[in-house]
Amino acid sequence: MQEGQYLPQSIVDPDVTSPERKEIRINDFAFKLANVNGTGSASANGLLMQAIFRMGIPVSGKNLFPSNIQGLPTWYEIRVNKAGNTARALDYDLVVAMNGQTYERDVREVRAGGYLLYDSTWPLDPHLRREDIAILGVPLAAMCNENFREPRERVLMKNIAYAGALVAILHIDMDVVEELLDEKFAGKKALRESNRKALRLGLDYAKEYFAPLPFRLEKMDANRDKILIDGNTATALGCVYAGATVAAWYPITPSTSVMDAFKEFCDKYRQDPETGRNNCIILQAEDELAAIGMVIGASWNGARAFTSTSGPGISLMNELLGLAYYAEIPAVIMDIQRVGPSTGMPTRTQQGDLLECAYASHGDTKHILLFPANPAECFEFAVKSFDLAERFQTPVFMLSDLDIGMNDWVVPRLRWDDSYRPDRGRVVSAEELEQISQFLRYSNEDENHVAARTLPGVDSRAAYFTRGSGHTKTGAYTEIPEEYQEVVDRLARKHKAAAKFVPEPLIVKRPGAQIGVVTIGGCDLAVREALDGLARIGIEADFLRVRGFPFGESVEAFLRDHDVCFVVEQNRDAQLKVLLTNETGAVKEKLRSVLVYGGFPLSAKHVIEGIASQMGEWKNAVHQ
Amino acid sequence: MPSISKPTVIHPSLRRNELGLTVRDYEGSMSTLCAGCGHDSITAALVRAIWESALPPHMIAKVSGIGCSSKTPAYFVSGAHGFNAAHGRMPPIATGANAANRELTYIGISGDGDSLSIGLGHLCHAIRRNLKMVYVIENNGVYGLTKGQFSASADVGSKSKRKEPNRMAPIDPVALGLSLGATFIARSFSGDKEQLVPILKAAMTHRGFALVDVLSPCVTFNDHEGSTKSYMHVRNQARAATETDFIPEASEILATIGQNGAVNVTMHDGSMVSFKGVPPDYDPTDREKVFSFLQERQSKGEIVTGILYIDETVPDLHELSGTPNFALTKLPYEKLCPGAAALEELQEEYR
Repeated sequence: MQEGQYLPQSIVDPDVTSPERKEIRINDFAFKLANVNGTGSASANGLLMQAIFRMGIPVSGKNLFPSNIQGLPTWYEIRVNKAGNTARALDYDLVVAMNGQTYERDVREVRAGGYLLYDSTWPLDPHLRREDIAILGVPLAAMCNENFREPRERVLMKNIAYAGALVAILHIDMDVVEELLDEKFAGKKALRESNRKALRLGLDYAKEYFAPLPFRLEKMDANRDKILIDGNTATALGCVYAGATVAAWYPITPSTSVMDAFKEFCDKYRQDPETGRNNCIILQAEDELAAIGMVIGASWNGARAFTSTSGPGISLMNELLGLAYYAEIPAVIMDIQRVGPSTGMPTRTQQGDLLECAYASHGDTKHILLFPANPAECFEFAVKSFDLAERFQTPVFMLSDLDIGMNDWVVPRLRWDDSYRPDRGRVVSAEELEQISQFLRYSNEDENHVAARTLPGVDSRAAYFTRGSGHTKTGAYTEIPEEYQEVVDRLARKHKAAAKFVPEPLIVKRPGAQIGVVTIGGCDLAVREALDGLARIGIEADFLRVRGFPFGESVEAFLRDHDVCFVVEQNRDAQLKVLLTNETGAVKEKLRSVLVYGGFPLSAKHVIEGIASQMGEWKNAVHQ
Repeated sequence: MPSISKPTVIHPSLRRNELGLTVRDYEGSMSTLCAGCGHDSITAALVRAIWESALPPHMIAKVSGIGCSSKTPAYFVSGAHGFNAAHGRMPPIATGANAANRELTYIGISGDGDSLSIGLGHLCHAIRRNLKMVYVIENNGVYGLTKGQFSASADVGSKSKRKEPNRMAPIDPVALGLSLGATFIARSFSGDKEQLVPILKAAMTHRGFALVDVLSPCVTFNDHEGSTKSYMHVRNQARAATETDFIPEASEILATIGQNGAVNVTMHDGSMVSFKGVPPDYDPTDREKVFSFLQERQSKGEIVTGILYIDETVPDLHELSGTPNFALTKLPYEKLCPGAAALEELQEEYR
């Protein structure tokens, strides 16, 4: 290395970086890393996120990635907030610009008074400079080219090098980072060494040339009983704990990692220690039509079976979902929603499948839906899905989304009660069959309007013919209006009865609330944060997050008790509002929408602006 | 099939199988198909084959798609659960059912519309998985329930009832099966019960996917002059390429093996298919030879029938998946749930 080669090309106004100039913000800021996908940035970004988590600080990481293998822009946003407000931030105190393609946009996104860190191996286009931000140049490529030989390693280590610079200027605990690298590269000495070296390059450079930033980290103890997990992993774990033995799927983003994780957990927990056999079967189907068919076939035979998919898969499954509904066969569908319609934006998030799932298939159909808000609820609701599917002998959808499913979330440790036993619903046993002369499939409904079923392979007296064609309450073929209606009317009553069994909505009441805010799924954190923001501008709001469909009495009451409810959701057509209007007694005019559906996770700012901007309009409307 | 339901009285002289059941115990409800439908003859052959095989009725699962053929599971073994699924979707339903409970004998009934058009992809993948099931295609070259459209198995030049000829090449399930690596392939004719019964019995013992294509004339829409799926045409053109005996497991038949130059194939359960009338150069375990033989006969306008190909060496879906040798549904929940302690331990990895 020649002396002076790495002179900082930073455009640093010493006044801007001087700690005295600003109040120092601890554990309350957001930064964004702009990368090119396929260059290994994900592991560096994940390392930063995990290190902050281990420092005990509330944190979130949002991976905004393209539907592509290599070469397109990808961003990773990290927000730390000591109060636990970790929904997506829209203001970035720091942007690490590693992608020349997106410099212009990335520079623009730094908030006034914020910082930009870029690779100063190449000069920054002067017209990109901004007077109101500080620009920190680190010659990352130059340093890595100097220190690493292999081309691929040079690219990969640039990411670790900027992570090193961030360790210095944000005060990330170096011991924690070392510990993480030790764990990650246990048994891979050479890789561990390369990572240590790259980390040092960035760290030493930043320490030499830059002062720590006026926002930084300090250890806390908020994560003692928390874990860092993505929703798809938690969903898969829920399926294992629920006792699912048959899984059928067709690869589709963003649900694929559900099945990847399920396979991994099955390798760990479902290999019989004595025989070495697999106590489960995973079927990669030829398409989603087949995947749901396999789930239905397995459930018909009495196995707990599920599929994981996304919107396009649900579209294909519509045909057989109607069969399962009408023939009353359990099925569990994990829908990890992405942006539609059609192929849409496969790697972006949306809540666009509500109506599709609620009424999937032709004819009169209605399904049970569960809406988790985070990975902890994914685990809990995954188990619940199987209980409900078997209790009500019908398809149950759990609607997660890409944000919940593929991003790492800090959530309370998952708990398991060993006294849990699956609710297998009404299945006539071999002993019971001994006592009856004839089994009638769709008769003798219970208080929830569910009729008992039998399983193949038990007794010939139990046999019946399962069909999607018109059938009577004994299961016989019919085209007679009264006989047909008798069955479908019971199905409607059965669906209604499920309202008492789906998870209760989450309600938070605030004294002096003028309005209600209703939301769903992954909007949870942003909306809750927004409630405080709204209160600061004089708008007090009660909060309700629906967690299941059909809606129960508490949802009805909340809608009834508020003069206006703002329904916050992530789709263009206000699908939750439509569902509420259609399926509760709510007056349509009392519901207003806040809709954010561009594909990135919701921020509190969206909600505050969305509600505040409509308040005047609403008041005028009320007073007219 | 009877057009009136039979009395339930069982005549004492009726023969009983090893389970003490008569053939009547394997019948189903009354057929609603047209009088003379080939499908009803296949149903009768199935009843006979299952009775002779002495399968307990409750250990059979009947699966089908949609169409005339797919109605027929209601007409046999009323003591077995049946699943009349959606059009073309029987293979996925059967795959899932079999995945959950491998102990049942799966009998799938499909038609040429169900299997060769809307469900063609599913059929191909069930073959690839070597799903253990009997898969009967009741092949009449026509859509009956929608009143007479050509199906994908209609031969070039075959005429519809309106005298319009089909101009598109047919999909031949036997050639399809051979090219996809199907491990048991047979073709028969609904009117030839003597041949069909042993084929079905052998199919039920096969290690994996047993594809049985049965030409089954549609008396209403495809039994006229000019049709290549009519009774007349099939009777005239069908040639039994192989004559087979099905020899159940553990009999003393072993002594006869090899007689008259017969080719014997031992099935996975130890039973045996003995080929008698095979052509000199025919080896039902050699796929290439079978393929060229079929091509040659087909070019002469012959419809080749019999058990045409068997490979008992290929593992089925469960063997490929390393599952237990009993039904997954029999696993107690305690064996499936790792429990609270394991969850605590696992979560150390998520820190």
